[in-house]
Amino acid sequence: MNDPLLDVQNLTARYGESQVVHDASFHVNQGEVVTLIGRNGAGKTTTLRAIMGVLRTREGSIRFGGNDISSLSSDQIARRGIGYVPEERGIFSSLTVKENLMLPPVVSDKAMPLDEIYSLFPNIQERLSSQGTNLSGGEQQMLAMARILRTGAHFLLLDEPTEGLAPIIIDAIADVIKVLKARGTTILLVEQNSRFASQLADRHYVFQDGTIVKEFTNQEVLDNPTQVERYLSVEVVQEEEGSDA
Amino acid sequence: MLDVFDVSIQMVMGQVAIGLINGSFYALLSLGLAIIFGLLNIVNFAHGALYMLGAFVGWMLLHYLGIGYWLALILVPLLVGMLGIIMERFLIRKLYDVDHIYGLLLTFGIALMIQALFLNIFGVSGQRYPVPEILKGTLNLSFMYLPIYRGWVIVASAIVCLSTWYLIERTKLGSYLRAATENPELVQAFGIRVPILITLTYGAGVALAAFAGMMAAPVYQVSPVMGVDIVIIVFAIVVIGGMGSISGAIVAGFGLGVVEGLTRVFYPEASSVVIFVVMAIVLLVRPSGLFGKAA
Repeated sequence: MNDPLLDVQNLTARYGESQVVHDASFHVNQGEVVTLIGRNGAGKTTTLRAIMGVLRTREGSIRFGGNDISSLSSDQIARRGIGYVPEERGIFSSLTVKENLMLPPVVSDKAMPLDEIYSLFPNIQERLSSQGTNLSGGEQQMLAMARILRTGAHFLLLDEPTEGLAPIIIDAIADVIKVLKARGTTILLVEQNSRFASQLADRHYVFQDGTIVKEFTNQEVLDNPTQVERYLSVEVVQEEEGSDA
Repeated sequence: MLDVFDVSIQMVMGQVAIGLINGSFYALLSLGLAIIFGLLNIVNFAHGALYMLGAFVGWMLLHYLGIGYWLALILVPLLVGMLGIIMERFLIRKLYDVDHIYGLLLTFGIALMIQALFLNIFGVSGQRYPVPEILKGTLNLSFMYLPIYRGWVIVASAIVCLSTWYLIERTKLGSYLRAATENPELVQAFGIRVPILITLTYGAGVALAAFAGMMAAPVYQVSPVMGVDIVIIVFAIVVIGGMGSISGAIVAGFGLGVVEGLTRVFYPEASSVVIFVVMAIVLLVRPSGLFGKAA
């Protein structure tokens, strides 16, 4: 087996004084879809921001394609071929849909051509001249993903792409991720929706209180979904905390 | 209605023309301030001093090097813009992580230093800058005789303002600038070098101020204090147009120049405060400014 495409070892990340992620280690192999799964505030988003170099107050080793990227600035990391789709989607209101789509520079020759992007996301083509934030939440999510595919990034960081979206849109996003996976794109997906994640992922890392507490293969999740659900469900944990006391 | 105020149409049109000339300088200056505020979140108090510096660099190019108006019109924004780039790179950049008030204080201090330096050398009395040969003479507009140079000021300022608007609102580079104004962190995570964009933006805003100063040199006296009053007016105009709004800065710049001119016709005593009255009303009724997005 080759070296992993992304290898994170003993990652610690903080905002000011508060340490949000501590001692998290995980890896993503070439062509895999891997999820970081866990409740709100568990440190998943912070982990993506730390990998991307947006959050600078971090320690530990982050290797991408065999090279240490932890000292690079976020624009240099992007140009290595990592595409970031943030939780809040990051659609710019002062830019049209077309300008949003064309904003990030192309980083490799694997960039998805525009006609292919439009066939994958037909809604976007119809709305090119609209203001970016006039799109619906689902369309904004599609645009945020399309924007990264156009750059030719071959490793995607997707932060809760299904958050706040209707089931039919979630299915459409799942279809897009399946297409990307079939094309060989490597994806690190942050999710709270384990049913969505188990349709797509090869492996899952469970985040709890700022670190990784468990790793599951997707087969384990499919065979016994409740073992993942108990890490996500607030009620169960409160019971546990109650029984501890 | 004009009869009520006992004024002639000539007087009104004459003051509108003068208003447009003043408005040309307001628009160029408020445009630079708005661009800088939008991306850097810094209220650039040095703007008036850099406008003055533009006029003085033009004057020095003529008197020490014999470089005339037209070449100076290109050289002055480049030279002063480069000074802006150095200021951003070595001073202003250090303040991005602290409260915005520090940026205001720093640029205010820089303004005082530049002004003091020139006061020391040249004193308060102004230097004369000749109107270039082909722009001498007047134009008969039937209601007034307009000096050709002042007509040129309006045209050149309008061209520069519209070109800047086009660059920001309609080009790829402008889309980087607009996006970075909204969310610099994310734009950088897309592979765009935001720190360079910030440096160039400050340089461009400063270059606009220097261009305005160079345009002003033949109209007003080239004096170390020429930027002191105008910077206060221009701040008010940026607030009226909407902090950081490009079209707001341009429209408010020309518009308030005209409002000021008209006030001079109907109620001359108020002409020096009318812009601040408008600012107060705008802040009460629409705090984000005429063209600003509600926060």
